[in-house]
Amino acid sequence: MSPSFEPITGRYLHLDLLGKPHRLYIEEAGQGIPLLCLHTAGSDARQYRGLMNDKRITANYRVIAFDMPWHGKSSPPVGWQDIEYQLSSRDYVRMIVEVADALQLDKPVAMGCSIGGRIVLHLAHEVPERFRALIGLESAAHTEPYYDLSWLNRPDVHGGMVSAGVVSGLVAPTAPTEGRWETLWHYMQSGPGVFKGDLYFYMIDGDIRGKLGEIDIARCPMFFLTGEYDYSCTPEGTLAVAERLGAEAVIMKDLGHFPMSENPEKFNGYLLPVLDKIRDL
Amino acid sequence: MLETLADLVNADANLVRRGRFVDTTFLIAIDDTYTLVRIQEGSVASVTRGPFITPDYSFALRAPREVWEKFWQPLPPLGFTDIFALVKQKLMQVEGDLHPFMANLLYFKDVIAAPRKGAAR
Repeated sequence: MSPSFEPITGRYLHLDLLGKPHRLYIEEAGQGIPLLCLHTAGSDARQYRGLMNDKRITANYRVIAFDMPWHGKSSPPVGWQDIEYQLSSRDYVRMIVEVADALQLDKPVAMGCSIGGRIVLHLAHEVPERFRALIGLESAAHTEPYYDLSWLNRPDVHGGMVSAGVVSGLVAPTAPTEGRWETLWHYMQSGPGVFKGDLYFYMIDGDIRGKLGEIDIARCPMFFLTGEYDYSCTPEGTLAVAERLGAEAVIMKDLGHFPMSENPEKFNGYLLPVLDKIRDL
Repeated sequence: MLETLADLVNADANLVRRGRFVDTTFLIAIDDTYTLVRIQEGSVASVTRGPFITPDYSFALRAPREVWEKFWQPLPPLGFTDIFALVKQKLMQVEGDLHPFMANLLYFKDVIAAPRKGAAR
């Protein structure tokens, strides 16, 4: 194989987030409409490399993905050792808006998966005017806990291995081996308690069932894509949200909970028509 | 379905390596038919079918036969691809001392799904 660089640029941004100084790692590729991508719980922005390496997408979109604080190459805030990390709906919305402001993004499209698929519903509820459109991947209004989350962060269980073990079944059984294990590797690298702290939002604080009626997609169009093998954010859960909002939803064949990283080629085939529609808005 | 479990697991050197710190006995309940699986250093040392008077095991996975049969298909139907999918739908119960199970979750998921390989042959 001859050596080659990908078209992705990665940089560290210093900014105040949630009232504290942060050092945030951000990757981007492409030019055009800003597409701000939000990774899943306990993972990082590498999940979106399949988009950033697809010229069909980067020809018209500036694809941007940041590692949330505590995740990937973004550091936790100073003093983290005395904090139990826990992601709240309020902080998550604020963080996204503050990152978009820091990057001076003009009406970006925000696209998130899983917790990111949930937060786009909160964005639609709280700050719809800030976004050109919102794309929810693996979106549902709520997910009940279905295992004891305390297993994810205790000293006698390897946190990375158990996190990968928990999510491994959410990758479609038909996913390419490389995509499956790349997705799980990101989980294995997560810091202690970070996945668990994100799931506080996903399974407890981020429940938005009571506010769906207050979301108006005329103020910000929404699109939903969910993998058929996802038993966490189920296709039924996505379809219920989409129906309630009057938005478009597509259930994706042969994909699971991590479509963009488990099988990027297949996922991009579903995403491109949505991106084309957003260009025409 | 469990007759071939020991051969399928023990023939997979990488799976045995991944489980090299596992020493435990767990129970698989198919309806009310119980099987004890003894794991030693990642290998299946024995598979013993009940009935038992005083079964001794760390954790148990219990599900109806039709659930296990779908789970063990080479490509299981939607909703039957993973233990956690079954637990979430309340089609399977995982109970007991879960520490060995959770501490070696990727290993145990592959051990318990091993009959899929046998079905594919």
